[in-house]
Amino acid sequence: MTASRTLTFHVFRHNPRDSGGEPGVREYQVEETPGMTLFIALTRIREEHDPGLSFDFVCRAGVCGSCAMLINGRPGLACRTLTSELPGTISLFPLPGFELIADLSVNTGKWMRAMSERLQAWVHLGSEVNPNQIEAAMDPDLAEAVYELDRCIECGCCVAACGTALMRPDFVGAVGMNKLARFRLDPRDDRSDAEYYQLIGDDSGIFGCMSLLGCQDVCPKELSLQTQIAFMRRAMARQGL
Amino acid sequence: MKIIHSDVLVIGGGLAGQRVALAAKRRGLEPSILSLVPAKRSHSVAAQGGMQASLANCFKGEGDNEDVHFEDTVRGSDWGCDQRVARMFAHVAPKAIRELAAWGVAWNRVRAGEHEAVINGQRVTLTEREDAHGLITARDFGGTRKWRTCYTSDGTGHAMLYTVSDRVIAEAIPVHERQEALALIHDGHRCHGAVVRDLITGELSAHLARATVIATGGYGRIWGISTNALINEGMGAALALETGVARLGNMEAVQFHPTAILPTGILVTEGCRGDGGVLRDVDGHRFMPDYEPEKKDLASRDVVSRRMAEHMRAGKGVKSPYGEHLWLDITQLGAAHIDRNLREVKDICRYFLGIDPAKDFIPVRPTQHYSMGGVRTDYRGESQWLSGLFSCGEAACWDMHGFNRLGGNSVAETVVAGMLVGEYVADFCQSRHGDQEISTALAREFVQREQRGLEKIIANPGHENAVDLRRRMEQIMTDKVGLFRNGPDLESAVAELAELLARSGEVGVNGGLDANPELVLAYRLPRMLKVALTVAMGALNRTESRGAHFREDYPARNDRDWLNRTLACWREGDALPRLDYEELDVLRMELPPGFRGYGAKNIIDHPDTAPRQAEVDEMRAAKLDRYAVQSYLMSFKHLLPLKYRGRNERLDEPLP
Ligand SMILES: Cc1cc2nc3c(=O)[nH]c(=O)nc-3n(C[C@H](O)[C@H](O)[C@H](O)COP(=O)(O)OP(=O)(O)OC[C@H]3O[C@@H](n4cnc5c(N)ncnc54)[C@H](O)[C@@H]3O)c2cc1C
Repeated sequence: MTASRTLTFHVFRHNPRDSGGEPGVREYQVEETPGMTLFIALTRIREEHDPGLSFDFVCRAGVCGSCAMLINGRPGLACRTLTSELPGTISLFPLPGFELIADLSVNTGKWMRAMSERLQAWVHLGSEVNPNQIEAAMDPDLAEAVYELDRCIECGCCVAACGTALMRPDFVGAVGMNKLARFRLDPRDDRSDAEYYQLIGDDSGIFGCMSLLGCQDVCPKELSLQTQIAFMRRAMARQGL
Repeated sequence: MKIIHSDVLVIGGGLAGQRVALAAKRRGLEPSILSLVPAKRSHSVAAQGGMQASLANCFKGEGDNEDVHFEDTVRGSDWGCDQRVARMFAHVAPKAIRELAAWGVAWNRVRAGEHEAVINGQRVTLTEREDAHGLITARDFGGTRKWRTCYTSDGTGHAMLYTVSDRVIAEAIPVHERQEALALIHDGHRCHGAVVRDLITGELSAHLARATVIATGGYGRIWGISTNALINEGMGAALALETGVARLGNMEAVQFHPTAILPTGILVTEGCRGDGGVLRDVDGHRFMPDYEPEKKDLASRDVVSRRMAEHMRAGKGVKSPYGEHLWLDITQLGAAHIDRNLREVKDICRYFLGIDPAKDFIPVRPTQHYSMGGVRTDYRGESQWLSGLFSCGEAACWDMHGFNRLGGNSVAETVVAGMLVGEYVADFCQSRHGDQEISTALAREFVQREQRGLEKIIANPGHENAVDLRRRMEQIMTDKVGLFRNGPDLESAVAELAELLARSGEVGVNGGLDANPELVLAYRLPRMLKVALTVAMGALNRTESRGAHFREDYPARNDRDWLNRTLACWREGDALPRLDYEELDVLRMELPPGFRGYGAKNIIDHPDTAPRQAEVDEMRAAKLDRYAVQSYLMSFKHLLPLKYRGRNERLDEPLP
């Protein structure tokens, strides 16, 4: 076993509702322990040094998408980032592109709901089914393909890593386009491409993407975001003709 | 004072809460939902392995139906559940999953033809029928006689929660995120809503409604290590308890899951064993068949967890810096299966343990997982003591799980209960009982009381440290109110928790009344301690062993004296909760108490069991059709909302 390290954290501290307060960075030192994640480290900082430090962990298992932040400048899920994979000095900043609540806590939920409403990101049903009857059959491979795109956890990393999103607050981001790709693939959604075009056929949607690949690089679920965007762009371009 | 009105105030944005809200909305009411976090981040999202529903589509599910599902559920509960509720549940589960299938959940589907599976350590070939191709498939889970657990890989909760949340958005139901209910507003007879704190600004408001629904999930976080999300702190149970009138049911019934990883207690699904994985000890020996030759690694959860602990006590655990553990071995399933059906497990192993489960064993140990107890309600989901207060999901005890829940039955319960309780909530609102008749003076009184409470905390000089008290509570629960329990430990747990509760009033905080995590811990701590005390007291009083509640000093299941449900109520000013008991009526059970088939039989019978069994046997011997037998033994259809009474179609059971 290697000798244990003392980690130095530089953590963004600011409460925008605190009228006198200026944004700043605070430094904390934490002894590293085996298997330590940023969740464990931040909890220790809060318990031992700074009980007022705000951050958002819920599942702490990499599935709920609450704890995305900039970890040494790169968007990622803090709960499943092991400190052993980071240098001895670690900087933590809130995810850009979202409203700051305080310190490392940002309002991704509000952004995601607005995006979902705008893109009507739900299965548009032709009619309700009779639940007493055997369900409609679905091709097993297609079901798996839909699930693959459904695995997005709305963490916001792709938005934080996106050049367009940082310039255009109304950009729906890879998260939004991936959602529509998911519904478009789903035989239960009865929308046509013309209808999807109405939702994303402009620069705040599919034509705003500059193909910089930032989104796909940082997606914690390793979704094929660029492929989905390219695919949607081709389908939408056909509509625009 | 800010007042927000709705017809139905749903406290909780998990699967249960959102499904209730949808039901109310579809009945023409205006619901609104509160959640501590964005709804899609509720803990339902973490459910992995699947949802039970007796569809009977896959080969190993053939012959399955509501009867089998019902019996598995009752046996699983160790006869502690309300059998009528278990019946309602088993009947509606297929409808719930079909509705979700239509709404967009990408359930894994049956592939016709041959495929390989691992059963009891052996590779076998199964053949799926042609007419089932493309229908929803299922996997094996503990304590079930058929493969009944439907899934989307091992991200079932995610797929379900996203689909239900998307419907909530589609139907324009408001979700007030980062809003915490602090207290119920009530007059001792009727609930009128809740005092709500904005977790961003700290502002208090009164949310008034005709019906209020607690759907806040479980209370796992009163233990030090739990598979639960950090927000599952039992605040819903506390809300009900602090009314002084509503009661909690069976709070001592707490499940420990066999396979959570070290050190943080992140779960790896029972689907690992369902799909053929096995438990191994320090010598690499597969030990479960030694203890449970029949069900082996797929015995009921409570049983597997105890056997694991027993095996570690016998010196067969693996030592680690975080304490002892055993191994979960899924290597035999192969990389292709894991990549497709156990991908969350693979991610967890990779990110938290740095291992590949297709090659390496996973370090696991039993860990607090599920709260069978909760807000006691009738089969309609309404509190019997506080009209207009409803509850459903893990937060509730309408009582379909009794003393042990089967894997896959919980996410199923959340949606089924959401559908049913939602209808009853709507009935209530649309009846004369549902009229809203609250004075703003009462609402103001409740808001001011919470405001004063918070100001008092801020003003406290702070003799006590909230983190220390909390850690101590967690340690007590883990050491003394865990998998194995005994009188002396429970007595000291109660005494010490009561002392912590008294001290928790002395906690002080820095900072102000707005977004301030220190304040949040300070006001939740006494509430958590009250919940912990109801658990510990319930466990101390219950001098028998049933399901997940195991007393080393009373190892027998004692139907004669303890075939009942614990009720806990906390009157204002009392130092401890008061307990009383609700009998279960053997003479009305469809499945009279029996032996679950694990270990040696150790049951003290209820005097009514033998006569009731004779009645049941006689009826079964008559060889009538299964619906007729069932309705003779324990009719339940009349308890269901009309729209959910219809029979369920299956490949071999066409609708009449
Ligand atoms: C790791 C894990 C895996 C699981 N896997 C399975 C599985 O495979 N199959 C299965 O059947 N079951 C499984 N379960 C159990 C199942 O997931 C849960 O029991 C179920 O999802 C609970 O749903 P719920 O809607 O009742 O509560 P939750 O999903 O926990 O939601 C509770 C909601 O209440 C809100 N809330 C809480 N307190 C307040 C308050 N004071 N004010 C406002 N809002 C509040 C929260 O914000 C949240 O929105 C698993 C559980 C865990 C922990």
